[in-house]
Amino acid sequence: MTEVRPKVLLDAKGIRAAMNRLADEIIAALPENVPVGVIGIRRRGEVLAQRLVSELARRGIAAIEAGTLDITLYRDDLAELGPQAIVRQTEIGFDLTGRYVILVDDVLYTGRSVRAALSALNDLGRPRAIRLAVLVERPGRELPIQADFVGEHITQEDVPVTVLLTESDQQEEVRVG
Amino acid sequence: MNPSSPTAPRDPAGSGAPSAVPANPTASSFTWKRPHLLGLEELTAEEILHIFTTAESFQEVSTRSIKKVPALRGRVVVNLFFEESTRTRMSFALAAQRLSADVLEFAAGKSSVSKGESLRDTVRNIEAMGVDTFVIRHSAAGAPHYITRCTNCRVVNAGDGQHEHPTQGLIDIFTIRERKGRIEGLNVVIVGDIGHSRVARSNLWGLTKLGAKVTLVGPTTLVPRAFEQMGARVGHDLDAALKEADVVNMLRIQRERMTSQVFPTTEEYVRLFGLTRRRLKATKPDLLIMHPGPVNRGVELASDVADGPNSSILRQVSNGLAIRMAVLFLINQVGASPDDVVEA
Repeated sequence: MTEVRPKVLLDAKGIRAAMNRLADEIIAALPENVPVGVIGIRRRGEVLAQRLVSELARRGIAAIEAGTLDITLYRDDLAELGPQAIVRQTEIGFDLTGRYVILVDDVLYTGRSVRAALSALNDLGRPRAIRLAVLVERPGRELPIQADFVGEHITQEDVPVTVLLTESDQQEEVRVG
Repeated sequence: MNPSSPTAPRDPAGSGAPSAVPANPTASSFTWKRPHLLGLEELTAEEILHIFTTAESFQEVSTRSIKKVPALRGRVVVNLFFEESTRTRMSFALAAQRLSADVLEFAAGKSSVSKGESLRDTVRNIEAMGVDTFVIRHSAAGAPHYITRCTNCRVVNAGDGQHEHPTQGLIDIFTIRERKGRIEGLNVVIVGDIGHSRVARSNLWGLTKLGAKVTLVGPTTLVPRAFEQMGARVGHDLDAALKEADVVNMLRIQRERMTSQVFPTTEEYVRLFGLTRRRLKATKPDLLIMHPGPVNRGVELASDVADGPNSSILRQVSNGLAIRMAVLFLINQVGASPDDVVEA
């Protein structure tokens, strides 16, 4: 197997532009008079959710609740993960029932972590609607799950994607390959 | 990390792969490796802290309207109790149920044990039904260790003779840490029937590993000097020990375990070793008062002290659920993956 150098798909500036696109799309679709909650999937979705909330606040859309979801206990591959599975805390300090929830993750690939997140949210309350926002979408879905808001589309199949964010990785880029 | 790819752990190039840089520099790369929890004596400080971190995550589950997660769906936990127990048994059952495991209750009195079946045969027969975890309480020290050699199941010690009661030790230490913010450097006084107490032994092992100073106090007949070899100070004057104490853990006087006259009268015990409001006047105002239950009101604890603001008795009970969920979850994850190395 030959070593292929990964290519930088988005640098810090590119990620910022993608987040701006996400915020634009989210604002355009925001329902009126419905409480909104932005919930990130640990760990990088959490970082992106926090950025999204401050970006929305910067554009005058404040009073949005932010939360973090740990999906470890809901994963369908928990058995295969074994003791590598670290259970982290879910921190959602508001009632989901009746709320417009924007679920945030870094990469949408198989759709399995989103499936786990939907099951977890279902145990926490009954949101009015759940929308999915991802920084990067790549082909390879194994479940009928699609994103509503996408920062960057990748069309190439079977190419791994790595998202690195300053808050969690001390680096800021999206690599492909 | 993005756990969407089922092959993520074995596909370092995939999108879901852990990157070269750890996702969180403060999170340890620690991996739990024990399929059983038999005692705190064999655990490292790191392992104890890993159970605490996991338990903190499980505390949140008990605050939900639907207090259940699917982590152990399809697994079976057997409560194998050869000694009377109400709260420990209920706590383990509820912890298993909150993880979506099925729970089988075994009561020695009404079972085949009364017909003369051996422990080994009992365990092997239940195992043949397809169960995964035994939670065992037995009057013989080492019974849980013996069971690990008879089965392929996970084993949790829920109290073996006078040896250990590891989950109670973890609960007490977790509660101290929650209230005080640390363990290291704290003065912890454990009072009562230390000699007969598996709770005292588990507390002592765990607390000394995490850097607390432990003093054991009680009548000379109940607090053997041999405990000094386990790293504790031994004393017989409660007021002297309480002066510097940050935490006092009042053990239950176990009348059922007293085979000989170890102290003259209950009245004398209360006068010398009972925690009363008057005795509290000379202690630190934020002294944390603990009791593993069930309380003999008016013996080791005065009623108003047991219900007072410094008491963490009920908090210990609620933390018990989170600790037991964490233990059941961690041991059941070991060996679940084909790549996993199981260390007994």
